[in-house]
Amino acid sequence: MPTDSGLSWNPVTDIDQMWQLDSMVSAYRAGTIVAVLAAVVGWFMVLRRQTFAGHTVALAGFPGAAAAVFLGVSASWGYFGFCIGAGAVIAALARNGKGGMAEESALTGIVQSFTLACGMLFVALYKGFLNGVNSLLFGSFLGVTSGDIAVLAAVAAVVLIVMALIGRPLLFASVDPSVADARGVPSRMLGVLFLVVLGATTAEVSQITGSLLVFALLVMPAATAQRVTARPALSLVLSVLFALAVTWFGLGAAYFSPYPIGFWITTFAFGCYLLANVYGFFARRRGTGRRRVAEVAMTVLGAS
Amino acid sequence: MISMFSHPFMVYALLGGTGIAAACGAVGFFLVLRAQVFTGDALSHVAFTGALAALAFGVDLRIGLFTATIAVALLLGALGRRGRADDVVIGNVFAWILGLGVFFLTMYTTNRSGSGSGNGSATINVLFGSILGLSSSQAQTALWIGLGVVAVLLFIARPLLFATLDEAVAAARGVPVRVLAFVFLALVGAATAEATQAVGALLLLGLVAAPAGTALVLTDRPFRGLGVAIVLAVGEMWVGLTLAYLVPRMPPSFSITAVGTFAYAAAMIYRSVNRRRAAVPASAASTASPVFPSPSRVRLRPSTASTTTHNTAAPHAKY
Repeated sequence: MPTDSGLSWNPVTDIDQMWQLDSMVSAYRAGTIVAVLAAVVGWFMVLRRQTFAGHTVALAGFPGAAAAVFLGVSASWGYFGFCIGAGAVIAALARNGKGGMAEESALTGIVQSFTLACGMLFVALYKGFLNGVNSLLFGSFLGVTSGDIAVLAAVAAVVLIVMALIGRPLLFASVDPSVADARGVPSRMLGVLFLVVLGATTAEVSQITGSLLVFALLVMPAATAQRVTARPALSLVLSVLFALAVTWFGLGAAYFSPYPIGFWITTFAFGCYLLANVYGFFARRRGTGRRRVAEVAMTVLGAS
Repeated sequence: MISMFSHPFMVYALLGGTGIAAACGAVGFFLVLRAQVFTGDALSHVAFTGALAALAFGVDLRIGLFTATIAVALLLGALGRRGRADDVVIGNVFAWILGLGVFFLTMYTTNRSGSGSGNGSATINVLFGSILGLSSSQAQTALWIGLGVVAVLLFIARPLLFATLDEAVAAARGVPVRVLAFVFLALVGAATAEATQAVGALLLLGLVAAPAGTALVLTDRPFRGLGVAIVLAVGEMWVGLTLAYLVPRMPPSFSITAVGTFAYAAAMIYRSVNRRRAAVPASAASTASPVFPSPSRVRLRPSTASTTTHNTAAPHAKY
C-alpha cells in the first residue's frame, strides 16, 4: 500500500486519487467478482453447517500454490487442483454426516493438517521462497493483472451458473435432507457437487485474499445476512451486498492506511456480524438464525 | 542414530516434544469425542495472533501465546450454550482474529528492525513451529506444562467422559458439566499454546486430531483410547523427529504431521479389513445392557456392531 497517500476527507478527491492507480482499479474489479462469488457459495456453506469443511478446503490452497511454484507451474493450477481435490476427499470420506460427528471432525482436521504440512514441505524444498509464504497465506490484492481478472470472471460465471441450476434442490437438501431424499432429491450427490463448487470458489477467492483469509469472505457476510432475515432469497441478496460493501470499504481503508487489506476486510465484516447479532437480540421474536431460515425455506419451497 | 542424541538441540526437541505430544494426545482425545476439533483449530489461529501481538508490542512471545489462547478458549465456551461454542460463531470470531494477526504482523514488520527475512521467519516460526530451536529451559518448560495438562486431565477424566457421552444424565447425577467444560477448554488453550512453539499454529491439528482419531478407530474403550492417543502422539513425535534428523531437508513439523496421518490411514485400512472378516458373528454384541454402566466399561460406539452387520449384509444379500 502506498503510504504517501493521505486522506483529504473529501470523498470526491479521495476516490479520484485512488482511481488514478491502475492497480487499485483492478483490485476493485477482482474484489467485486470475488465478493459476489464468496457471498453466494458461503451462504449455502453456513446454512449447511460446513464451516469447518470450508475452512479446510480453503487452507488446501496454500500447499497447492506452493507445489505449483515448486514445480514451476502457474499458481492458479495449484489452487484449483488442491482446493477441489480437498473438497472431493472430504465429500468422499465423510459418510453423509451419519458416520458419527466425532470421526468426521477428526477426519477433516487430519486432512487439513496434512495438506498444510505438505505446503510446509514444498516451501522448505523450494529455497528462497520463504518471503512468498506470507502473500500465499494472507494474499496480495495489488498484484492482480487484467488477465487474472478475465480468468476470475470466467470461473465466477461458471460457478454461479452451477449454483443457479442446483440452488433450489440444494436449499431443500440443506434444510431437510430426509424429506428431500424422500421426494427424490439426490441430496448425497448435491452434497458432493457443492463441496466441489466450494473448492472452486475458495481456490478463486484465495488467489486474492490468501489461504487464511478466504474464510472471512465466505462465512461472515453469510452469517450476518442469516442473522438479519429468515427469508432465503432476501438473505442471499443481503449476503452479497454485505460482502461487496465490506470488500469495497476494506480496499479503500487499506489504500489510505498503512494496514493490510485482510485486516480491514475481516474487521469490517466482524463489525457487521456483531451489529447483526445485537439486532437479532432485540428482534428475537421475529426469529432469525439458521433454524428459522430453514423453517421459512421449507414453507417457500413447499408453497410452490 | 546414536549420534542423534549427541546434538543438544535434538535432545531438547525430544524432551519438550514428549511433553507437548502427551498433552496434545490427551486433550485431542476429548476434543474428538466431543466433536470440538474445530474449536482446537480456532484456538491455534488465536495462538498465531497472540504471538504476533506480543512480538508487535515487544513482549515475550510466550506471554502473548498463553494469555490470548486461554482467554479466547474461555470466551468461546462462554459464547456457546453449555460451554460448547456454535461453529458459525467460532468461524466468525477466528476469521476476525486472523485479520488481527495480519494487522499485528504489519505492525511488527513496520515498527521493529526494518524489513527483510528476519521478520518473515518470525511468522514462519509461529505458523509452522520450530521444535529444533527449543532451548534447554524452553524444553523443560514444555515438558512440565505438558505433564501438568495431562495430570489435570487425568484427574477430571472420569466426570469429563461422563459429561461428554451423556450430558443430560451427567448433569442430573450432579456432575458439574459446565465447570468441566470450562476447565477442559482452558486445558485445550494451554496445550495449544505450548504446541504452537513446536509444530506451529497451522499444523497443530496433526498432533491433536490425528492420534485421537487413530485411537478412536482402534478401540471402543474410552480409557484405553485415551492411553492409546497419548502413546500414539508421543510415538509420532519421536518417529517424526528421527525422520527429520535422518532426512535433513524434511522440516520436522512436516514429518511429525505426516507420521500421524499415515498412522490414521493405516488404522482405517486395518479396521475395514478387520470388519469385513468379523462381520458375521457381531450381532450378539449389540444387545448389551441399556443401563449406563461404570464408565470404564462403556463402549464409545455401542451401535458399531449392529450397523456393521447391516452395512455388509443388506446390499450384498448373498445369503
